[in-house]
Amino acid sequence: MENTVDSMTQYIVFRLDEQSYGIDIQNVQTIERMKAVMRVPKAPYCVKGVMNLRGEIIPVVSLRDQFGLEKIDYTDKTRIIIVKIEDAMVGIIVDEVKEVIEIEETEVENVQNIQGKIKTSHILGVGKVVDNIVTLLNLPNIIEEAFDN
Amino acid sequence: MEVSQYLNMFIEESKDNLQRLNENLLKLENNPDDIQILNEIFRVAHTLKGMAGTMGFVRMQKLTHNIENVLSDIRSGSIKINSDMVDTLFMCLDALENYVEEIVNTSSEGTDDHNDLIENLAEIIKSKGEVTHTETPVVDQETKEEKTAGNLIELPDTQKLVKNNAIEMGMNVFQIKVDLSPNCVLKSARAFVIFTDLERFGEIIHCIPSTQDIEDEKFENDFTVVVVTKEIKEKLEQVIMSVSEVEGVTIEAFAKDHDAKIEEVALKKEEQAEAHPTASVTPANSETNNSSNNKQVSNKTVRVNIDRLDTLMNLVSELIIVKTQLEGLNVTSQDANTNYNDSVEYLERVTTNLHDAVMKVRMVPVEIVFNRFPRMIRDISRKLGKDIDLVMSGEETELDRTVIDEIGDPLIHLLRNAADHGLETIEERATIGKPRKGTIKLQAYQDGNSVVIEVEDDGKGINVQAIKNKAVQKGTITKEEADAMNEQEALDLLFRPSFSTAEKISDLSGRGVGLDVVKSKITELGGHVEVQTELGKGSKFIVRLPLTLAIIQALMISIGDEKYAIPLSNIQNIEDVRKEDIKLVQNQEVIMVRNEIIPIVRLHSVLGLPEQEDKDLMMGVIVKKGERQVGFIIDSLIGQQEIVIKSLGKYLSGIDIIAGATILGNGEVALILDINSLI
Repeated sequence: MENTVDSMTQYIVFRLDEQSYGIDIQNVQTIERMKAVMRVPKAPYCVKGVMNLRGEIIPVVSLRDQFGLEKIDYTDKTRIIIVKIEDAMVGIIVDEVKEVIEIEETEVENVQNIQGKIKTSHILGVGKVVDNIVTLLNLPNIIEEAFDN
Repeated sequence: MEVSQYLNMFIEESKDNLQRLNENLLKLENNPDDIQILNEIFRVAHTLKGMAGTMGFVRMQKLTHNIENVLSDIRSGSIKINSDMVDTLFMCLDALENYVEEIVNTSSEGTDDHNDLIENLAEIIKSKGEVTHTETPVVDQETKEEKTAGNLIELPDTQKLVKNNAIEMGMNVFQIKVDLSPNCVLKSARAFVIFTDLERFGEIIHCIPSTQDIEDEKFENDFTVVVVTKEIKEKLEQVIMSVSEVEGVTIEAFAKDHDAKIEEVALKKEEQAEAHPTASVTPANSETNNSSNNKQVSNKTVRVNIDRLDTLMNLVSELIIVKTQLEGLNVTSQDANTNYNDSVEYLERVTTNLHDAVMKVRMVPVEIVFNRFPRMIRDISRKLGKDIDLVMSGEETELDRTVIDEIGDPLIHLLRNAADHGLETIEERATIGKPRKGTIKLQAYQDGNSVVIEVEDDGKGINVQAIKNKAVQKGTITKEEADAMNEQEALDLLFRPSFSTAEKISDLSGRGVGLDVVKSKITELGGHVEVQTELGKGSKFIVRLPLTLAIIQALMISIGDEKYAIPLSNIQNIEDVRKEDIKLVQNQEVIMVRNEIIPIVRLHSVLGLPEQEDKDLMMGVIVKKGERQVGFIIDSLIGQQEIVIKSLGKYLSGIDIIAGATILGNGEVALILDINSLI
């Protein structure tokens, strides 16, 4: 955890389809295997329902749905990343969790004009690591929007 | 002295005492000649002053002392009570409350001396009567106590009778004032020793403060007892002085005619404390405690009846018995299964009882909230120039502590509304032939698994048509919607947020100020609020609150492959519904149950599940909210279960048909239906 260089940030990297995405590790509480999720009537479209995480009720959001990707079945690689934003816990379903990376701020490129399925308000920037490109996500914006729909 | 550990106690008791002062001052204003009330006020103020002094809150002590000066002049008859004076006294109480608030927050009383109030108090003494206490404040405390010591206390009537009878029979009746050494640590223990000693020689018929207060150490360094005895006073004196840490004894004899004092003896035992080692009980590490205890001040506490604690204790003992039973279970034996089942059944019973008992411990009477209202209504009525009578009932009704803490503000809101907008002015009331005095009724009662609090006024009522017009004008609803609305639906408009901001609504209907805030608070607590009104006669706001929050009895049902819980308190009964029984009335599906027409709701469609073909025989759960009933069509019943309510969290709080979730025995999540929003 101890960062010697201030500009280094650690990200959890996960996969949706073939794309890699990163979220700030500071927001992440735990990573869980796929569990039973109870559907909540009248919940926003990309909110899959609520799950029981060791006695706590936590809403679960599907990032695939939110990013407008096609629905696929859950596999044994599917994970729920439990994130904490402003004291509220939320689970996000991703295809696979890959690794933890460190990216220097200077390595992050601001991408206002990348066209794609994801809204620019959801993206912090793009990080380059060795042979891969990771889209860094603005989690608070994503979560807020997921529940706003 | 190790003060900080008593801070919590001090805060609790000061709040109590201030509340008592408020109540009694109100009473006194209405019965200015009642010496009993005045004595009570005096006594409480004195206790408060003493406690503040002990805790080192000098400013608080000084203000209370000045209040006491005024009270003492009122008691001696040199000042007559009037409303302005009571206003000043109330302001002083508010200032004292501020001190306590400050102590709660920062552990110190702050720096406000409230000199203006002290001057006001001095002014009262100067202008309305001869100045009896010209000495500088605080210092004359001793002088006055000397003075009171010379007086015989006023006995309650029954004790007076006992006393007179005793004297007739040739017994002695003494009033004994015992002064304990100021650094006495176990005051109540000393008092107890003295009580036991005295009881060897006679009978204690009265004591000040009450035995309860003495046991709880709610007194300063002195207390007074009245004893009926055959002994002479020197004997008693000797007995009491032999108890350690007694600094002095004053014994006076009662005569049959209670005003005539026969004789008086005062003794002083000098520096008694030094001769006894008890003073060393104060631990050396008190310094460290002082600094570390500062943060505990705002702990929430509940006062618990000792009986309830005993019940808890008993239940825990039973739990231990079950545990031993299970431990001793011989798995290989033949009746292992039966024994096991017995134990589990027993365990179930104990845990249910335990739950009830713990819940009861958390229950506090609504009185705690209600008792500040008379004062508030008094202030409002003076400000508005209206004559208002506040009638309260059902103060003993109990609610969960968490609900009690939150319900105050909404109720204040409703009461203010009733006083301000509901009741007409005196002139208006006179012209329409209503009694001059407006009445606001505040009543609480338990109804099934909920507690109902009603705020009712006999004012002008709410003009339903005016609300509709306003709502249409504001674009909240359309003209057609307005026409289709019944009275209840129109009244519900009052609780919509858009109404609260509109000041003009009060010109029309006299309502709508911040009612949405009231509603959201009450909904947050799991309750709901509705209003009944009759134009010209008055209106009634009915607040319905759940008895407890955390754990409820629920009926588990399944719809599709999902499980839901319906709070049992909402359920009236369960009926078989035949396909052909469902009729259409004005496009609404209804069923007839025992000659009542009940609209039905198909939970499948409400909960967003695929609709199903009607089976020939379906199951209906009839739920009720207040007077309204609705039948839910469900797939099957799972059974009754005790569930722990958990919130869905802030992100999903907007979903009104779901009240929360619960975790079932197998770890699955089931959602709890919010009946209030489904009906």
